[in-house]
Amino acid sequence: MKHIADWALNVANLRGASYADARLADDRSRGLATKNGKIGHAADSESLGIGVRVIADGAWGYAASDDLSRSAVEATAGRAVDIARASSRVKQSEVRLAPEKAVSAEWTTPIQIDPFTTSVEQNLDLLLKIDSELRAVKGVTLAETNMNFRREEQWFVSSEGTNIHQTKYTTGVGYAAHAFAGSDIQKRSYPNSFGGQWQNKGYELIGELKLVENARRVGEEAVALLKADQCPEGVFDIILDGSQLGLQIHESVGHPIELDRVLGMEANFAGTSFLTLDKLRKLRYGSDLVNVVADARQEHGPGLGTFAFDEEGVPAQCTPIITNGLFTGYLTSRETAHTIGANRSGGTLRAEGWNRLPIIRMTNISILPGEKPLTREQLIASTNNGIYMETNRSWSIDDKRYNFQFGCEAGWEIKNGKRTRMLRNPSYSGITTEFWNAMDAICSRDEWVLWGTPHCGKGQPQQVMGTGHGAAPARFRNVKVGSAYKGN
Amino acid sequence: MLDKNKAADIFGKIKKYSSADEVEALTYGGHSALTRFANNTIHQNVAEENYVVSVRTAFDGRTARATTNKLDDESLKRVVAASEKLAKVQHPDPDLLPMPEAGGGARSTQSDPIPSRYFDETASVTPEQRAEAVKKIVGVAQKHKLTTAGIFSTSEVVEGIFNSRGLADWYRQTSSEVSVTMLAADSSGWQKANSPNVAQLDAVTLAEIAARKAFESAAPREIPAGKYTVILEPAAVLDIVGFMFYDFGGLAILDQRSFLNNRVGTKLFGENINIWDDVGHALQSGAPFDGEGIRRQRVQLVEDGVVKRLVYARVTAERMKKSEYKDKVGQIEPTGHGFPIPNEMGEAPMNIVFGGTREPKTVDQMIGSTERGILVTRLWYIREVDPYEKILTGMTRDGTFYVQDGEIQYGVRNFRFNQSLIAMLSNVEEMGTPVRASGEESFDMVVPAMKVGEFNFTEVTKF
Repeated sequence: MKHIADWALNVANLRGASYADARLADDRSRGLATKNGKIGHAADSESLGIGVRVIADGAWGYAASDDLSRSAVEATAGRAVDIARASSRVKQSEVRLAPEKAVSAEWTTPIQIDPFTTSVEQNLDLLLKIDSELRAVKGVTLAETNMNFRREEQWFVSSEGTNIHQTKYTTGVGYAAHAFAGSDIQKRSYPNSFGGQWQNKGYELIGELKLVENARRVGEEAVALLKADQCPEGVFDIILDGSQLGLQIHESVGHPIELDRVLGMEANFAGTSFLTLDKLRKLRYGSDLVNVVADARQEHGPGLGTFAFDEEGVPAQCTPIITNGLFTGYLTSRETAHTIGANRSGGTLRAEGWNRLPIIRMTNISILPGEKPLTREQLIASTNNGIYMETNRSWSIDDKRYNFQFGCEAGWEIKNGKRTRMLRNPSYSGITTEFWNAMDAICSRDEWVLWGTPHCGKGQPQQVMGTGHGAAPARFRNVKVGSAYKGN
Repeated sequence: MLDKNKAADIFGKIKKYSSADEVEALTYGGHSALTRFANNTIHQNVAEENYVVSVRTAFDGRTARATTNKLDDESLKRVVAASEKLAKVQHPDPDLLPMPEAGGGARSTQSDPIPSRYFDETASVTPEQRAEAVKKIVGVAQKHKLTTAGIFSTSEVVEGIFNSRGLADWYRQTSSEVSVTMLAADSSGWQKANSPNVAQLDAVTLAEIAARKAFESAAPREIPAGKYTVILEPAAVLDIVGFMFYDFGGLAILDQRSFLNNRVGTKLFGENINIWDDVGHALQSGAPFDGEGIRRQRVQLVEDGVVKRLVYARVTAERMKKSEYKDKVGQIEPTGHGFPIPNEMGEAPMNIVFGGTREPKTVDQMIGSTERGILVTRLWYIREVDPYEKILTGMTRDGTFYVQDGEIQYGVRNFRFNQSLIAMLSNVEEMGTPVRASGEESFDMVVPAMKVGEFNFTEVTKF
């Protein structure tokens, strides 16, 4: 494949590009789903193509094609240069790239079982078995399951001499039980909502999650929610489970630290950020217990943001984002690094596929676990009066990432250190920095899970990306609860 | 550009390679280009060409799909084999129907042919032309001492469906879109428009309106959250109402996941609410056939506030006729709104057209008749809080104003809302003339601006 990419680089060079890179990607995916005892869908998909990114006359151009014939690839590279020259008609300054050493490398996600070699029949049988367990609970009106695999093989070459061959595997699995009665629809999901748990793993992930074992409980909780008391409105101490805290990190830390947003490059769609450049190493983002990293390295774990190199050839790195509560880092690229005085990119440029321009994306944005041993049950036991909330149901945040509101699938009242009555429709809201400064406890490593958020949208044309978020259950003091239902 | 003849040739090969009882191919793709700007600079500028073939095979009640963008003979053989392999391992589904024949499956009530939505002027737009348009938008920003961000995109796409029972349909369309955000020190304004015909877009006027919103909302004041009369511009209306239309499919009722469970035939909204799905409407867009090749009907979903009808894929209509809900959901028949099979969502109306009113009001007239209220340009990050009461949460964005005594007074900090759509569409006091509108949270629609009473803002953010 490298020879095809070289055709593109040669043309870009001949046409006067000062920089060029080419990415060939061969993407394969499989999706299986069931609904109420039947196959929902069984589908395979593959996509192959090349994207050529160039700088000419100090401006960017990008062109992509599914045609890998020599003439088409050369035409695509020529189109990228033409587009760059058109871009240069409206510019305030020339694009500058932070230096990066050329590398030649091969890397593949370390997996135990290639999911594409597993039996479709057995996978469907597993999903139908879960479905059967969910529907065995009286009152479950809808059972849904899904299993997804993806393999992305990519060849990246640049005019600076970099040559990387990288293959990433992703596996995702999950299920949900819905219950409708009277005027209420309730839902419980496992291991997480909106598709379950996703990691850069092979099929071994499926076996680690105790899927069948949890199905009956999940169905029962969905039905129980119909009769549970409405979550009260007021100010409470809350404990969030790890999966909900993962999404809280995604929305109120991961997005605001994207330097392209901070610089206004996403202002028309995804929005900007309250984390203006003057706040770096000055803003007290959270309490002393809040330590967040952006870590794309394999040693962080098999997150959806784990890789060896980003999509402009920069090696995976770990960047401290919040250190003992202090805001210490952004997600950067070669183009943006200089704006914060960095001499190197943080390696966060990623693309959905060959036909999309790489942009700054979250890698694995994780809160580090507490150092003192603390289980979830111990955390609940140390809480006098509060609400424990589990599994995301809704999420929303403003376009600068200040004001957020989250709803969860299920809540439980905590009284005198004990989990008591179940609560339906729990929700909480707040202002990002006030919320993170209210965190006074987080569970330790044994409770920490690297969750996957598989469908994060950003960019124009919009790109969907998977991101990772390590989190453990944590407690927040004096949080506004229940506004979602206020006035309705 | 892939044309119908080439696509038919590809399907001929697929048929030859397949041993399935039935086979279907969806073909889609095209050229697209998008020039993106921010900080008064073109910072991203992309173009793409891609064509895809998606093959569905069926064996005695079992079906599956495989998709590829590799169109050589070996790849076509492989994608057929992949689809067949996935289909064969399944248990037969007694509800699976034979593939439809040409012209079959749905009543042909689409009375008028849809207007052509292909324009050479759009298909031939160059990067230089897009850059020149952006330069004019930047000129507006600089004139007002603002910075601007946005996009100018153009595309030419095709969509076809073929099956082994002789169904063959083809559609091509061009699209163009301009979206502009203008940013001041502590405020912003936004406008967006799209059309199949690029000549219909007026980037400079959009930029001027966005700029006016930015400087008129400068130094926004914080006013308390609470229930207000709101004037929602069309983009704000479409972004919030779009969250209910996936519930207007028959399968959503069969699954009992719809807010219309037990509510079809009841008066759910105000009498001034009339809603159709109509792909043939002059301001609508998209192919006139569904994921199985069934021609899309014009369906009145809501009449004078009463939920009248749902839309159906063929298989959903058959299932509904045998279900316990069959006497409670109005007319049941395939309407040409199914998604490609197999899928779990069934169907949805995606060409929404709101009815107008005998006395349409302009946004300025709505402001003029408002004693105390909020003018909303755009809504953002809308999510469903309660699926049955259809409570949605989200934020205002890019131009939120306080209105008093019939006039805009000043810009205000953005609000979070938690609002039931049912309540909102029961409280529409005035409406504008429906226009083609485009937002970011929902699909494009033909909707009016609306003045709504008792809109529920629950919190205020910091800007």
